[in-house]
Amino acid sequence: MNIFQWMWRQLTSMRTALILLMMLGLASIPGSLFPQRNQNPMKVTEFFKANPTLAQWLDKAKIFDVYSSPWFSAIYILLFISLIGCVLPRSIEHAKAIGKKPPLTPKFLEKMEGFTEVDRPAEGALDDAERWLKKNRFRVRRKDGSISAEKGYSRETGNLLFHLSLIVILFAVAAGGLYGSKGETILNVGDRFINTPTSYDNISFAKFQREGDMVPFSLRILDFKASYDVVTSAPTDYTLKVAAANPLGSKEVLKTIKVNSPLTYGSTKVYLQANGYSPVVAVRDKSGKLIFEGPVTFLPQDANLTSIGAIKLPDMSPQIGMVSSFLPTAARSAKRGAFSSFPEVLDPRLLVSVWMGDLGLDSGNPQSVYRVDTSKMKNIGLKALSIGDVYNFGQGTITFEGYRSWVNLQIVDDPGKMYALVGAILAILGLLTSLFTRQRRIWIKVDGRVQIAGLAKNGVPGLDEELLSLEKALLKNDEKGL
Amino acid sequence: MTSRNLAYLSNYSIYSAMVLYTIAFFAHAVEVSFSVKNTAETEKTTFDFSRTDRAGRIGTAMMILGFIFLFAGVILRGASAHRVPWGNMYEFSITGSLAFSGAYLFALIKYKLRWLGLPVSIAVLLTLGTAITILYRPSAPLVPALKSTWLAIHVSAAIVSGGVFLLANTIAATYLILDRMEERGGRNEWAKKLPSLETLDQLSYRLVAFVFPLWTFAVIAGAIWAESAWGRYWGWDPKETWAFITWVAYAAYLHARVTAGWRGRKAAWLCLFAGSTFLFNYVYVNIYGTGRHTYSGL
Repeated sequence: MNIFQWMWRQLTSMRTALILLMMLGLASIPGSLFPQRNQNPMKVTEFFKANPTLAQWLDKAKIFDVYSSPWFSAIYILLFISLIGCVLPRSIEHAKAIGKKPPLTPKFLEKMEGFTEVDRPAEGALDDAERWLKKNRFRVRRKDGSISAEKGYSRETGNLLFHLSLIVILFAVAAGGLYGSKGETILNVGDRFINTPTSYDNISFAKFQREGDMVPFSLRILDFKASYDVVTSAPTDYTLKVAAANPLGSKEVLKTIKVNSPLTYGSTKVYLQANGYSPVVAVRDKSGKLIFEGPVTFLPQDANLTSIGAIKLPDMSPQIGMVSSFLPTAARSAKRGAFSSFPEVLDPRLLVSVWMGDLGLDSGNPQSVYRVDTSKMKNIGLKALSIGDVYNFGQGTITFEGYRSWVNLQIVDDPGKMYALVGAILAILGLLTSLFTRQRRIWIKVDGRVQIAGLAKNGVPGLDEELLSLEKALLKNDEKGL
Repeated sequence: MTSRNLAYLSNYSIYSAMVLYTIAFFAHAVEVSFSVKNTAETEKTTFDFSRTDRAGRIGTAMMILGFIFLFAGVILRGASAHRVPWGNMYEFSITGSLAFSGAYLFALIKYKLRWLGLPVSIAVLLTLGTAITILYRPSAPLVPALKSTWLAIHVSAAIVSGGVFLLANTIAATYLILDRMEERGGRNEWAKKLPSLETLDQLSYRLVAFVFPLWTFAVIAGAIWAESAWGRYWGWDPKETWAFITWVAYAAYLHARVTAGWRGRKAAWLCLFAGSTFLFNYVYVNIYGTGRHTYSGL
């Protein structure tokens, strides 16, 4: 046996598979204790600020990207191979054994479980026993004055089905990592979306996914309704209505998207993830010329949707930036200043703080669309606007025309997930079969005396009752015969 | 009846259940401590069941009554909010206690496990006490993400699995305590009435083997729900991660028993370890963890 054969044998032993499974469990722990980049990048940044040196070392060990780290993948892939190497040969062996008869009756039944001598004549005992065993769906092998019977063969079938299904799930997860795409987009009510990469705010493609694989649908956001609990302000329902066309240009169909019911096109699904308000404003310069008109997306800050945003006007000279907040239901307290007291729009207010100078957009550094870099600017005015109000800030005017709701849609294509679901269902079925099937053998031997005995695999209970009822059957048939 | 009245009624039921469990606790304590009669002359321990049987029966009666009141409390809580009562940690705790004491009553009928009444009543009392003082939240409707049929399916499977896991843990812990006593030269007086080590060993295994498929189902149901609510079926959210770790630990336990032939002490420790990953998930991840399983405060 050479070294590779030895290694293969070691890797595919059940012991190794189990150790790898335990290691996968252990390896997933740090990911639940430290913030993860793919789940919460902000928390990772905070962690870096709080513990710079420690964070650097942890980052080298990929602690912030545990589930895509080389060491996690290594365990995963080894487990995958080990499981295949462990389960496939056993399945082939098991499949070969399907047609086979139960193993021969052992020589000495006396040493087996539940050994009994049945008090009846030997004649016809085997026939009676065979009838009873077949009625109880045992597989029967009759040879030389003895019967060996077996039942519960499906225990191993279920066991193997379970483990094969795990392989299917692992395959499906891997497929999800190699094919598919995931992206997000923020859309105002009234906007139209076409499913191409450029329409997204951000989108990531898996290794083997091509742009041409994207489902060519379009959406028009017709209406978004959010309802809230009056006492707690907690949301009770979100309903999004869209006009959808697939493929592009076909007749539009009215569809409803809710948090737990995405819009589905094959393996592509459109999820409603977040929502907020976009105040609609119009800005004119000193001469009254329209510089900007439309909705500006604001970012919610609390449960009552107090939202912040930035209105940037790089085309005015000098440049103008407005640090703004939107309050759907305006309230004011000495401690907090202006805030929103309810997430629905009941008494909306737009607060603008107007700055003049250099917006810093040409510096090349990426800027948040929700904030204004005021380091090279001068404050020239502050105003709270109700709908319809016009505010003259000296360099021009701003009109608060109204508001629209926006929704954040997540669009995910995961072709692997159907297989994962099938794998999961089969795994449960296999597990139930294997854990609730009792595998046992029963033997009857006739050589002058009539002897019965049995064997229950893994010591599962119930064999004694079964032997007892076989004994009863043998005695009863004997009476009939007489 | 208004929602608020129903919520109050639910609270009263929970308080009543706590009183009943307290009585059950004392009755079982009396049963355990007075069941043994030591005759000094022979230095032999004899049992006087006639004396303690009544206390034990009172304990069981109180456990059943407590279960009924707790059941009413959980149902009324659900009725007050017009939904299944599994929206926050207070509700998980009262439903979890219900599942745990239900599993005990089931085991009582099937395996004659009255002696477990003492640890079970303590555990239920502590859980309910923590729930109603620290974790309590007023009854409120669900946030949209929780509005799904999967809430009932996923959470009920998880809670029932949890109840049975904890019962198996209690039995494994009892095993280890008794095992230690026997190793040191014999059981203490009060422990002589408890079942043999082998019975305890078998029982904790059977409970785990029985409920492992249900836990697997709970995880899968969670994945199906996550797919329709969050756009992915598995995302290594802390709750998901720890559910997976619990699953792996119990899978290891089952393999250790069935294929590696682990019995007794080693198996009991492994069982305790697996159960503690479930508890960690419930306590740590719900309270300190971030991630998408945190709703409505707790």
